[in-house]
Amino acid sequence: MAAVESARPQAAKLRWGELEEDDAGDLDFLLPPRVVEGPDENGIKKTTEYRFDEDGNKVKVTTTTRVRKLGKARVSKKAKERRNWAKFGDAVHEDVGSRLTMVSTEEILLERPRAPGTKEEPSVSEGLGPIQPGAVLMVCRTCGKKGDHWTSKCPYKDLAQPPETFVERPSTADAASAAPGGAGRSAYVPPSMRGGGERTGTEMSRRRNDENSVRVTNLSEDTREPDLLELFRTFGPVSRVYVAIDQKTGMSRGFGFVNFVHREDAERAINKLNGYGYDNLILRVEWATPRPN
Amino acid sequence: MRPILMKGHERPLTFLKYSREGDLLFSCAKDHTPTVWFADDGERLGTYRGHNGAVWCCDVSRDSTRLVTGSADQSVKLWDVQTGTQLYTFNFNSPARSVDFSVGDKLVVITTDPFMGNPSTIQVKRIARDPADQTSDSVLTIKGPQGRINRAVWGPLNKTIISAGEDSIIRIWDAETGNLLKETDKESGHQKTISSLCMSADKSHFLTGSADKSAKLWDSRSLTLLKTYQMDRPVNAVAISPLLDHVVIGGGQEAVNVTMTDRRAGKFEAKFYHKILQDEIGGVKGHFGPINALAFNPDGRSFSSGGEDGYVRLHHFDPEYFSIRM
Repeated sequence: MAAVESARPQAAKLRWGELEEDDAGDLDFLLPPRVVEGPDENGIKKTTEYRFDEDGNKVKVTTTTRVRKLGKARVSKKAKERRNWAKFGDAVHEDVGSRLTMVSTEEILLERPRAPGTKEEPSVSEGLGPIQPGAVLMVCRTCGKKGDHWTSKCPYKDLAQPPETFVERPSTADAASAAPGGAGRSAYVPPSMRGGGERTGTEMSRRRNDENSVRVTNLSEDTREPDLLELFRTFGPVSRVYVAIDQKTGMSRGFGFVNFVHREDAERAINKLNGYGYDNLILRVEWATPRPN
Repeated sequence: MRPILMKGHERPLTFLKYSREGDLLFSCAKDHTPTVWFADDGERLGTYRGHNGAVWCCDVSRDSTRLVTGSADQSVKLWDVQTGTQLYTFNFNSPARSVDFSVGDKLVVITTDPFMGNPSTIQVKRIARDPADQTSDSVLTIKGPQGRINRAVWGPLNKTIISAGEDSIIRIWDAETGNLLKETDKESGHQKTISSLCMSADKSHFLTGSADKSAKLWDSRSLTLLKTYQMDRPVNAVAISPLLDHVVIGGGQEAVNVTMTDRRAGKFEAKFYHKILQDEIGGVKGHFGPINALAFNPDGRSFSSGGEDGYVRLHHFDPEYFSIRM
């Protein structure tokens, strides 16, 4: 009898006289009352209530809510009365843990469309801050960005250039390419000295760069190349950044690659930025290829 | 702004309506159970149990004591707002689609779908002050526009009834005799089914949204076309701001595009347009499915949207909204 009783906590009215002596202290069928710790100075309210789940186990449910004052509203007297109406229909048994009404975790804005002639909104990413006054005329010819940097300071200078800007390349390629150009079109240029020679040179340097490739995961949706660049360039010169973008939605797929020029910089970046909180997500930063010795 | 998400419905939303004082929000969905929420923080107050089919439309009396709902179970029910009890049921031969209280809440205009050979009808019923006196008699019955009538509302001063539906023609009927007074012509009007209609606060003009990807603003008395707002998707819901010169339009998706859209992205947006300049002001994203219902709070300081995803999103505008300049 006693065994049945303790396994049937939801039994209607158990008479304490029928309980065995040693069960008297074991009032499993009773639930502790709900405890509400009222809103403290941060507005945090904790409600602890108990209930039984399907298997008859006692379950403690702690709900932490933040009570926030949204603003003042002018309500009519009738509206104020309606506030105190009793719940009806399916809302009668609403327990504290029900997640029917939630405040969105995201901030949603009324996104204005960009029309020609209106001021461009500062982009959400941290890469491009608000444009400095007087910087509008600063145009970089390699990446085409306005207002961020001059051509000579372009962070993308090692990337493949459109043919017209070949001359601008401030790498050692200039000497090699200037020679064939400067020597006049009639002079014979051996293949190694032509533009092709330069290409293998960069390819080799690129390949070495790929061993300095760092994979960054758990990026937020609106992270783009400039953001990663901004974040990683403090460790050293960066030759390439790439963020995987979903073509359909235009959002980042959550991961990207950063190629450093120097391996030591890459190593420092990994050590420093792995686990770094960036735009509400914890970054994961590691070597892209199996760790090269 | 931080919208408040209310997931009380298991099925797509069909209609949203604020009480006159803006403190209650009524939501109807395909899940048979209209729900009432507090419009300030989104807390659920109660549900109205009794319908056996999708609830297409609802309206609340000015004193927020009576709720009328129209449902696919071929009935229109009258409820007591506070307790959720059914006061009366009007039965029909076909699904009821749209309901609207007249000014003064003494009459209600109901539309029924074409069904099993019965043509679509617009019916006017009298609402008695005391539920015990309520009868089912129709004061007026208008039969016959082709196709489903998606929405029928009272015109200014209860003199007319304005209806719009699948045949994409808006008609104005005399409320006493049932005669057709005006209708739009095919060229200037919508080209495809009209899905939604919203009267302005003073009933002098109204906005219709159509599957032809546009919404049009009309004068209620002369039925002249005032403005057109172009969308890039079929329009499912429209609303006019009672406070500023804004309209908000919510849409769906072309059937062709369904497989190609990313559902996870929360990309369906309610678009705000300037009512007079017809320019787009902006969009509010967030729904995971087409938007089926939009409503402005009568004080114009908040609005809510209901989607195919079953969520109601309640938005209180930021102060910047009120100082938007075009």
